Amino acid sequence: MTSPSPSVPLLSLLVFSPLAAAAGAAFLRGERALRWWTLACTSALAAASLALLAGFDPAAARFQFVEHAVWIAPLHLHYTLGVDGISLWLVLLTAWLVPLCVLASWRAIVVRVREFMIGLLVMESAMIGVFCALDFVLFFVFWEAMLIPMSLLIGIWGGPRRVYAALKFFLYTMAGSVFLLVAILALYLKTGTFHIPSLMGRPYEAGFQCWIFAAFALSFAVKVPMVPLHTWLPAAHVEAPTAGSVLLAGVLLKMGAYGFLRFGLPITPHAARVFAPWLLGLSVAAILYGGLTALAQRDLKKLVAYSSVGHMGFATLGIFVLNTSGLEGALLVMINHGVTTGALFLVVGIVYERLHSRDLDQASGMGKFMPRFALGAGVFSLASLAFPGTNGFIGEFLVLSGGFARSKAMTWLAVPGVVLAAAYMLRLLQKLAWGGTRNPDHSALKDLELREMAMLAPLLVLVFWIGLQPAPFTRVMHASVQHLLEQVHTPSAYAAAP
Amino acid sequence: MLPRLDSLLAFLPELVLLLGALALFDISLGTGRARAARRAALLTALLTLAAGGVALGREAALFHGAYRVDAFSQWLKLVIGLGYLVVVLAGGRLADIREEVRSEYHLFLTLSVCGWAMLVSCVELITLVVALELASFPLYLMVALRREREGQRSQMEAAVKYLMFGIAANGIMVFGIGYLFGVTGTTSLPAMLQRLPPVAQSPLAVAGLLMTFGGLYYKLAVFPFHFWTPDVYQGAANETATLIASLPKIGAVAVLTRLVALATPQNPAIAVMLALLAGASMCYGNLLALVQSDLKRLLGFSGIAHAGYVLMGFVALDPAGSAAALYAIVAYVFMVLAVFTVVCTLSPDGANVAVEDLAGLHRRAPLLALTLLVGIFGLAGMPPFAGFTAKFALLKAAFARGHLALVIVAVVNTAIALYYYLNVVRTAYFGGDTGLPAVALDGPTRLLCVALVAGVIGLGVVPGPFLEFMAASLVHVRLPP
Repeated sequence: MTSPSPSVPLLSLLVFSPLAAAAGAAFLRGERALRWWTLACTSALAAASLALLAGFDPAAARFQFVEHAVWIAPLHLHYTLGVDGISLWLVLLTAWLVPLCVLASWRAIVVRVREFMIGLLVMESAMIGVFCALDFVLFFVFWEAMLIPMSLLIGIWGGPRRVYAALKFFLYTMAGSVFLLVAILALYLKTGTFHIPSLMGRPYEAGFQCWIFAAFALSFAVKVPMVPLHTWLPAAHVEAPTAGSVLLAGVLLKMGAYGFLRFGLPITPHAARVFAPWLLGLSVAAILYGGLTALAQRDLKKLVAYSSVGHMGFATLGIFVLNTSGLEGALLVMINHGVTTGALFLVVGIVYERLHSRDLDQASGMGKFMPRFALGAGVFSLASLAFPGTNGFIGEFLVLSGGFARSKAMTWLAVPGVVLAAAYMLRLLQKLAWGGTRNPDHSALKDLELREMAMLAPLLVLVFWIGLQPAPFTRVMHASVQHLLEQVHTPSAYAAAP
Repeated sequence: MLPRLDSLLAFLPELVLLLGALALFDISLGTGRARAARRAALLTALLTLAAGGVALGREAALFHGAYRVDAFSQWLKLVIGLGYLVVVLAGGRLADIREEVRSEYHLFLTLSVCGWAMLVSCVELITLVVALELASFPLYLMVALRREREGQRSQMEAAVKYLMFGIAANGIMVFGIGYLFGVTGTTSLPAMLQRLPPVAQSPLAVAGLLMTFGGLYYKLAVFPFHFWTPDVYQGAANETATLIASLPKIGAVAVLTRLVALATPQNPAIAVMLALLAGASMCYGNLLALVQSDLKRLLGFSGIAHAGYVLMGFVALDPAGSAAALYAIVAYVFMVLAVFTVVCTLSPDGANVAVEDLAGLHRRAPLLALTLLVGIFGLAGMPPFAGFTAKFALLKAAFARGHLALVIVAVVNTAIALYYYLNVVRTAYFGGDTGLPAVALDGPTRLLCVALVAGVIGLGVVPGPFLEFMAASLVHVRLPP
């Protein structure tokens, strides 16, 4: 399962260098210096994260870059990190989104810049830690440690109802995850280890699996979020500052789906198969509900937030069809959603910085005076509605084809979701790019500056790269996905004794 | 016969505390010597820490075996010395204590600390009761020493409640000790460890043990011995509440560790009783804390809940559980001291701090706000703070002995508790600007805040050495000499 430790502890570097950068930021004077420092550190980290991709062996399903050390011996806790084809992309996505968040906060954050940047860096540490942790308790520590900086980001630098949003986010996630801790302990008492790969593929009894899976599902479904546990998301997305929204959409929502992939399927495969129809139903509900609600929004951020509910519905749909194209599609949807929805939040941030409003009618016709902005908004909207040739298409296509292989009826139900996505995104695009410009007057608006182009450009490249040539992306995840499917579908090893 | 140098060195922390108390007694004979008394107390605290360091590796049985100096007691004395230092520092100039008794206040404080330090070494039940009294009586007085305010004499009410409940709990404890003596014919714990197990199932032994626990439940504020807690926290001066919320808990858990060693996992009646009390404490404390507006009162109810969590470690009735409980209480003391430091600093005239008074704290005093954040999230059991590791160790210990129901009650309680803890942080960080001026922090307070924050995080992230040391020292508790 594990490879020998690499000479350079790359993952530890990725996890802890943001913390070191945060410590450095505590001693810097001057807001300008702080911004540049954070940008430089996070960019360097993003560049360093590419070394993961370079050193990753896509043919192997095992965990790579594994690091192992004893952490708290009396409690049998270990410090174990590693990535496989499933988590690799999520680590990269996180590392690349954070510098863009710093750019997005360049002008938007004017008060308490130091605290903001420290919060962002601490967030980055915890987020990367979640995707790298191979010890269940270490995972839980990162998982919960994320809550404090994130709620502070929302609660201090957010919109008018920020306090409500921050508390709701915190309470939902924390309340969802209390039973996760019990499940972790129950698994430990059964097996004597917290090492995640060793917990997989053991013949737990069916009843035990179902309880464990229920605890997993509760905490991960809140994070995804699956309908009906999604109500924290619009509040948090809308009130968070742009950087917070990008991180929420780009990274935090992925953690729920990642939890299902990393724990729900391989540790409790029998329960996953038992519960799959229910979760498929909830996914379809999320797709339709998210689409319909997004259609009714006038607030740009709310629109994008509800579209997230729909997109993540596709991700969970792909996960629980339990076949290759479904899982690979789900992973692609997760990455794509991070790219396009992250980008859309950046776009909304750009609108808000200029108009100080997120009202769709107020923003009407902006594109006519901001051609570069219109290009960006256009591409990302199309990608979000899964237009062929963009990244969104590949992911949803794979999910739906996986879905049809599993349950035609269920998947047909999800298809209107695709149409709904086209409806709400085209409505957004139509207003932004071609809407009437008379009221209000946008002729004085400045088009995108270099900073704003720099933050959209990498995402723009990814939209087409994944859209036109997804093979390099799926190639890396293929072996791990196959391995995961073997774990889920090998009935003999997991004989379901009552 | 002169004591040997070895024994003298082993007894050094207590000696230093006693000498400090004598010096303070001398100082308190004059008038207007509050400053000198504070300096003397600070010096005593520092010397106690140094003496604790000297005595750390030593082992000795003193006073005909009634008093045992071992690794277990010595590291607890270090923690108690540390807590003493923090209390003196956080108390500052004792703004809320009547001016003419400030030097006496320091005397009582030092005497009480001396009592706690002795308590953790007692292995003979009568000695133990005497040490407990030495630790408790100064506390009763200190509660009453708070300055009187217009139309407010809550300190007297608090003092009377504290005293009455304290004496009743002590009575129950002594009664229980009587039963234990009746069953085993000895008051020495090591002897009892050998003689009790054969008769441990007898109702007399079980009743005796449970009643003996009662006196400690009172200190720890376990339901149903908790009634004094919120009133005393609220009625006592901030500095006194700081002390009552911290050191007595360590003493109580240390003695409980010694006493629980008398019961074995095969003793279901005791495990069930402990589990019931633990669950009741958690639920009661957390539910009532939800509606509190006075910060100290809120901490009182949160303390009741935490007593329940800590008791969860003893439910396991095994060394892992005791180690978890000890770790948890030390972590709790660090976190609660962090919060109380903020309370003391925020209120220069010593008035009680309401949760609303924290509004805008992160603008007025970022360091205080951070200290509060770390303390409160630690109490809420969030990683990477010590509260999480403690909660984890406790849950693991109880779960390992099959107490699934209790574990579920505990995690549900953490979720409930989150609401009021978050409310405190919300007010401090997201609350509106009150327009109050920035809080000026002096050097020692700054240092104290940083040290407490580092302590709570450090204890949470790298508890390994601490836990190992403790597990090793517990061997002394379990084995007869």
